Amino acid sequence: MSSAASAGALAPSRLRRGATRTGARIFVDAAFSVVLFVGTIVGVVALATLIWTIVDNGWARLAADPAAFLTSYVSRLPARAGIKAALVGSAYLMLLTTLFCFPIGVGAAMYLEEFAPRNRVTNFVEANIANLAGVPSVVYGLLGLGVFARFLRMGPSLLAGALTLAVMSLPVIIVTARESIRAVPESIRLGAYALGATKWQTVRRQVLPAAMPGTLTGTILALSRAIGETAPLLVIGLPIVIFTLPNDLRDPVSALPLLIFDWTSRPQPAFAEAAAAASIVLLALLLAMNAVAIFLRNRYTIRW
Amino acid sequence: MSIARRKARTGERVIVNALFACAVLSVAVTIGIVAVLLVDAVAFFRDSSLGAFLTGTVWAPGQGSGEGGSYGVLPLLNGTLMIGVGSLAVGLPLGVLTAIYLSEYASPRVRGVLKPTLEILAGIPTVVVGYFALQFITPSLLRPIFGSERVFVFNAAAGAIAVGLMILPIIASISEDAMRSVPSSLREAAYGLGSTRRQVSLRVVVPAALSGIAASVILAFSRAVGETMAVTIAAGNSPKMTLNFLTSIQTLTASIAQTVSGEAAAGTVRYNALFALGMMLFVITLAMNLISARIVRRFRQVYS
Repeated sequence: MSSAASAGALAPSRLRRGATRTGARIFVDAAFSVVLFVGTIVGVVALATLIWTIVDNGWARLAADPAAFLTSYVSRLPARAGIKAALVGSAYLMLLTTLFCFPIGVGAAMYLEEFAPRNRVTNFVEANIANLAGVPSVVYGLLGLGVFARFLRMGPSLLAGALTLAVMSLPVIIVTARESIRAVPESIRLGAYALGATKWQTVRRQVLPAAMPGTLTGTILALSRAIGETAPLLVIGLPIVIFTLPNDLRDPVSALPLLIFDWTSRPQPAFAEAAAAASIVLLALLLAMNAVAIFLRNRYTIRW
Repeated sequence: MSIARRKARTGERVIVNALFACAVLSVAVTIGIVAVLLVDAVAFFRDSSLGAFLTGTVWAPGQGSGEGGSYGVLPLLNGTLMIGVGSLAVGLPLGVLTAIYLSEYASPRVRGVLKPTLEILAGIPTVVVGYFALQFITPSLLRPIFGSERVFVFNAAAGAIAVGLMILPIIASISEDAMRSVPSSLREAAYGLGSTRRQVSLRVVVPAALSGIAASVILAFSRAVGETMAVTIAAGNSPKMTLNFLTSIQTLTASIAQTVSGEAAAGTVRYNALFALGMMLFVITLAMNLISARIVRRFRQVYS
């Protein structure tokens, strides 16, 4: 229709009709761009409403006595309940998860990008990693429950929780690390070889440092995912009501999202306010992590 | 690659093998998942027949050890499908409109603001989205529209909208990538024939990117099926065969979360049922991810 109408519009006898159709077209086009814009804005408005709801419900509870909220254990009385054990637990979980999955993820990415021969085994490993990235987090929870908590007899402990989160984050870290390694231009490698470096020396001293900013950014984003996860920790059975901090890898820990889930499920409105206050803390934590990731990306990324 | 020194130093062999081990660990994770799910699912099917599981319309785990309960998965599958379809009803139109806007209409500055905003939306922890659904979507959105007496406190619609907001960024970002990879020569040809921007978007870019959009939708559906916390919090825990979005339902994932919260003892029928549900979830999401990946691969071949 469009091309025929435009061509017709050039003929003098059809000039008038062409002009009105052009007018209609301009109107429909304007309407369409409005629809597009509105559709796009809905997502933004939803995000703003979500954050407003959390802050509106939780700010009074948090601001009343932030120190007490952050440094008290949980309680049957919503007014006295705090997030100490959950906050410390989440910090420990994040630290250990990083320790487990960062070296292995970068190692796997290095192997696949720089050393892997093009053969069936490599293809299988690659397809496998891609599929693991799509496995629901609750299934990773069942893996953690079956393998770490029961088979390896770790129980619902800090170690089991961190290993579960690490296994879940691994595919994401491998994928982003590979992308950063791939972005390092071939000329860097050729230059190193020309100076007599071996393959490993080239990768270790040239490719890896150049790929590090992107890798770190991806790792932080994967970890901020992991730290917000509830389902896997719930499934392996990490406790919510706990009055000690972990001294050992085998000690039980709680986590911030678990506590938010528990408080959200309680009928008393005061617990809902506490859940919103804890959500503010969690969102602030995630925002800080994302800010670090963006800073690293902007500050250290090398444009070749 | 062949330019590097042929003969690796002895230490390098060790290093490369260690890196290979990192990459192969992901295969071990997959084997672990399948083994864990299979072992206990098989134990479950010793007590309860596969036929009764797949065709039963009542999900009512027995109390205590779980003996004598009814384990028909259809109500849970029904709940999961409602959340999947309902969330697509929200996320698909908004996601595609957003993708068209970002790819064809938005100025670089607007894109620079909108894309990070969508990333933040994608990064909100699911437990916080669940809180938002329970505290805002149901009381302030659904109840004023449909009436308080018709909308349950826990209802499928709130869960579906919440999950829809979570999959919106997935659909938007993958669809946008597909649209941007449509060669600009196609657009220029259409403009040359007198098309408007709307006509170019809807009749050239969207059809050309259709496979990419389809892949994003399947991936998003798989995410919606695997989503746990938002539906556990907002959509309720009453497994039933219904199509009424205003009543409470239960999904596969919520059933897993509910069972582990109730601390079913290891080895009981009820506990083993977890792994049968996990198996089903794993198979569904894996199939969807494989289909999505295949579509993406095919559409890449067209333009490269």
